[in-house]
Amino acid sequence: MALPARWQQKIEASDPVEEIMEIQMGPSHPASHGTIKFNLKLDGERIVDCDVEVGYLHRGFEKMCEQGTWTQCFPYTDRLNYASPCINNVGFALAVEKLLNIELPERCQFVRTIMSEVSRIADHLTCLGMASSEVGATTVAFYMLEARELLYDLVEAVTGARLTVTWCRLGGVSHDLPADFNERIAHAFEMLDAVLSDCDKLLSRNRVFIDRMSGIGILSREDAISYGLTGPLLRATGVSYDVRTAYPYLIYDRLDFEVPTGEKGDNYDRFNMRFQEMYQSKRIIEQAMATLPQGAISITDPRVVLPPKHQVYNSIEGLMNHFKLIMEGVKVPPGDVYSAVEGANGELGFYVVSDGSGRPYRVRVRPPCFLGMSALNKMLIGRMIPDIITTFGMINMIGGECDR
Amino acid sequence: MLLEKLKERFGAELLQAQHGHGGDWVVVSRDRAGELLKALRDEPDFAFDMLADLTAVDWLERKPRFDVVYHLNSLKLRHRLSVKVQVDMADLWVYSVIESWKAADWLERECYDMFGIEFRGHGDLRRILLYDSFQGHPLRKDYPYQQRQPIVPETNAVVAPLPPSR
Repeated sequence: MALPARWQQKIEASDPVEEIMEIQMGPSHPASHGTIKFNLKLDGERIVDCDVEVGYLHRGFEKMCEQGTWTQCFPYTDRLNYASPCINNVGFALAVEKLLNIELPERCQFVRTIMSEVSRIADHLTCLGMASSEVGATTVAFYMLEARELLYDLVEAVTGARLTVTWCRLGGVSHDLPADFNERIAHAFEMLDAVLSDCDKLLSRNRVFIDRMSGIGILSREDAISYGLTGPLLRATGVSYDVRTAYPYLIYDRLDFEVPTGEKGDNYDRFNMRFQEMYQSKRIIEQAMATLPQGAISITDPRVVLPPKHQVYNSIEGLMNHFKLIMEGVKVPPGDVYSAVEGANGELGFYVVSDGSGRPYRVRVRPPCFLGMSALNKMLIGRMIPDIITTFGMINMIGGECDR
Repeated sequence: MLLEKLKERFGAELLQAQHGHGGDWVVVSRDRAGELLKALRDEPDFAFDMLADLTAVDWLERKPRFDVVYHLNSLKLRHRLSVKVQVDMADLWVYSVIESWKAADWLERECYDMFGIEFRGHGDLRRILLYDSFQGHPLRKDYPYQQRQPIVPETNAVVAPLPPSR
């Protein structure tokens, strides 16, 4: 069958060997988590240019935070990095508490630290499990998801929810650790150890895995800093920067843990960073549990914290206090503050501005994986199509956090 | 400590310099901001090698209306600084810092997307989180939060009036 003349001309004019092909990969692609589009220019299978498009999961987090009271922001923060919501809660609470000038009770600081680290392990397990399954190691993915389930059980035992925890409050947390939390942790860690050791054996000397990861997606130390990368991505290049040690918050300055660093800054190092960080998080949790003090989990300042229910129902003062806090919100003194915590993906910063009313004037979140995605172009140019999958997997882009 | 060094080095170029709740912040004029930020990155006393974040705040009633806020972080010296530049609606632009920090590429694009602030010298200033045909800049205070701009017409759009935005 003869082709139309204009098509025929087009085909004859172009040389498929020389031509740069343009391909759009995603957003509906299993490896792009459904929220990222790569506009690729390809020379054969080699990537000449890669324009990364984000924003498919943009929900107006920052605008919505300005509409409610300070307390009503917590459910929104759960949905940033939904693999480790407790860290987002803690980050936002610490930022606002800096404006309020609140000194947290000792136990509250311990509890927040413990839950942050539990979330960090869960987040790393998600990232590594999914990244492994994308290169064909499906067994590892299911092992890791099984271990993650145990950590989600811990989160559920404390907060009552698995993902959307909304667990922090200004000046404290909503629920204390259950009485048998030590036994629960011991049980979960026993399984976690077994899983980590199995996965280590499955992957660390696995030829297929190393070939796909090692030497891929390299970013130099200078570039990593210039691109604003933090967390495992930066530490893989050998820079020992961790917000927990550089600008300690909560009780991290009292704990003994190491910040693992890599050498080459490739995907294998990034994988390794996350793997080792899980052991460090375990250490942190065990130390914190061993010295966990008794006491209150929240301050009692009636300008910030809701009164106990029996006061609300039985006294006019309690009722009015409750009403004012719910209807008008916590009156945060005017000012602005940038406060960062170490999220699972790196420096999770909150820049909050208050005008003195009960509602945030501006809430800005610094999403670590957004900056990671901005460096993806640099990591990929000159590489092959399959390298997109592993490099993208190791950035651990979480749609809710990247696109907000 | 950091503030004293800054005052000594830059003097009257700092329109304001204060120690806030979480750290130090300074206000500089737009025309001097580019050179000052570059100096902050390069001089060993400051060594701000990382641009941690870049954003803006819309003070609707104030003149000048916008603050562009740079959050700098020094990995070497372990200190932070926020630099604010004030710009008004009439000429809504600042110089891009993409030469100093590559992180500025996407952060400036996002700031342009959300506030409509132009970053001169950026070279590739397009929307990043929203789509190209989007009208307006949603994080401005005069953009109603309930405004809808569907690309595909909505079949059963919500018509009930919502409370006014803040």
